[in-house]
Amino acid sequence: MSMVKQLSMWKALNGALHDILEDTPEAFVMGEDVTTWGTGGGIYGVTGKLVKNFGSDRVRDTPISEEVLISAAVGAAMCGSRPILEIMYSDFTFLGFDGIINQAAKARYMFGGQFDVPFVLRTNGGSGGGKAGQHSQSLETLFAHIPGLEVVVPGTPGDAYGLMRTAVASNNPTIFLEHKNLYYDKGPVDFIPVPFGQARIARDGSDVTIVATQEMVKRSLAAAEVLASKHDVSVEIIDPRTLYPFDMESVITSVKKTRHLLVAHEAVRDYGWGAEFVASLAEEAWSELDAAPRRLGGSRTPIPYSEPLENAVIPSVNSIIEAVLAVRGSVVAA
Amino acid sequence: MSAYDAKKHGIAGLRQMAMIREFERRMPLLAEEKLIRGSTHPSVGMEAVAVGVSLALGTGDTIASNHRGHGHCLARGSDPARTMAEILGRSDGYCHGKGGSMHLAVKELGILGTNAIVGAGIGLATGAALAATMQGRDSVAVSYFGDGASNQGVLAEALNLAAIWSLPVLFICENNHYAMSDSFEQMVAQPDLSQRGTAYGVKSVNVDGMNLPKVYEVAAEAVARARGGAGPTLIVADTYRYLGHMAGDTEIYRSVEEVQRWRDRDPIAALVAELTEAGVLSETQWSEMQTEVADEVEAAEQFARNSPFPDSAWATTDVYEETRS
Repeated sequence: MSMVKQLSMWKALNGALHDILEDTPEAFVMGEDVTTWGTGGGIYGVTGKLVKNFGSDRVRDTPISEEVLISAAVGAAMCGSRPILEIMYSDFTFLGFDGIINQAAKARYMFGGQFDVPFVLRTNGGSGGGKAGQHSQSLETLFAHIPGLEVVVPGTPGDAYGLMRTAVASNNPTIFLEHKNLYYDKGPVDFIPVPFGQARIARDGSDVTIVATQEMVKRSLAAAEVLASKHDVSVEIIDPRTLYPFDMESVITSVKKTRHLLVAHEAVRDYGWGAEFVASLAEEAWSELDAAPRRLGGSRTPIPYSEPLENAVIPSVNSIIEAVLAVRGSVVAA
Repeated sequence: MSAYDAKKHGIAGLRQMAMIREFERRMPLLAEEKLIRGSTHPSVGMEAVAVGVSLALGTGDTIASNHRGHGHCLARGSDPARTMAEILGRSDGYCHGKGGSMHLAVKELGILGTNAIVGAGIGLATGAALAATMQGRDSVAVSYFGDGASNQGVLAEALNLAAIWSLPVLFICENNHYAMSDSFEQMVAQPDLSQRGTAYGVKSVNVDGMNLPKVYEVAAEAVARARGGAGPTLIVADTYRYLGHMAGDTEIYRSVEEVQRWRDRDPIAALVAELTEAGVLSETQWSEMQTEVADEVEAAEQFARNSPFPDSAWATTDVYEETRS
């Protein structure tokens, strides 16, 4: 059954949810405005037509009550259901952090392994659309810091489909962070589950390894073209796809070849997951590096509204080019 | 629903209440002996609520408890020995010592855990009720919380969600008049907490939480309504904790006289009087029952004291389904 279709990411996610509701009787979808907004699929269309096919029992519109929605999803997951909860923007998860961090992430452990918690929280992060301070954050680092959570950051439509299948099949609570800039990007979808903890090589190269996710993969790919044509630098790009579990092995394999590392993420750079990556690499493969590794990340600011301000706080194609050249020890204005 | 029957519910309830009292009475002593780490919150005085509600529940029902939750678990049928072992952090505890008093769950009894976050069980129980509905199971979920938790926002959200979806959930508010040291009178402007439910379209009742038959009756009615698809009920039980919030509580916020006034309305003494009056309990039977539960709890304590501490290798298991390193 090797079917491949070109789909946009929202459509790939919609297909994943459709297939999950079809073959997983324990699964259900709920969230604010998931059946009646726009064309009937929530703010980015991801839940489109699901209510028509599966009914309002398994595809539930909810009140604006993030705290109880999150904790109720956890309670349902502890009782044998597989809830897929959409939180409209990742910024809104803060209203229900108790359910995520004190309940979902700890229930298996605190209770000595008695409970599975097959809870999936779908939401989106990322800036770039002028949604400003409270609709644009990249919060993956916060979730990746919490023992007990799995954190998924799909960068392509095919990965979005495959990782969603794995998330719902997983008996651990999973934070599934989509990126609002990528919903309309198209790519091949092969409808096969993607295992957690296996990075994807987004581009082969030999001189510098860039570890990046989502929008930063796109910008790194653009930067790599310029670096190849103008600077004769060959960039390898690794997309970890899940931040926990985390595929350090693929990074080490790549660095053994390139001997240079840059991590680029949209999450705030300070205390960000890139620091974890760089520190782990330093501990495990120091001798494989020919130069100090570098990090690029969001500024230590909220995301501003006005376009030039917003562009200034997130790594750009140019800043990635400059950072790659700096890692290579030849700082040149791009 | 089955109506309150002194012979059946009264006698069974009395035994459970006496057992819980004997169990909880030992908590401050074990804490003093440093056998209990951290905080432990005994429920002495509040037994009629946990027992009255539990008598109305059946197999397959779930409860989400709070920080003062030993009584809820024991009333639901948790083994006193394994419960005590968990509180003492031992390997034979229900959670192998990983949870302790405030994180104590028994999956096979539908106990989704005591909980150290005030109000958190409200959302979990709402979800348990949702799961039951989704799975077509005829079971109800119970959330136990206190007057302190009534001021958490999640209660408002949960009451509304349960109401619009007609979820089979019982919100049991144990108003014991103090949230740690803050009095109910000081922290709540509208003293009739049942109005919180009414405001959201949830059937809401007040009950004397020192009276087992009355608690049983309102709980049984709420369970019947929930199973019948009529949705949630908020039950506000007026009750009192005789001991401090936890070991070491100076109790400067209340008077000895106030505590005594509530002790004079003791739910166990009241039930004994009622059952004796009704001719279903003799003095000898009551005295035998007390000896029996004291022996049972003593055996539980000895079991817990003798249970080995967990192997330190267990500290890193059960984080994920397959623990990743």
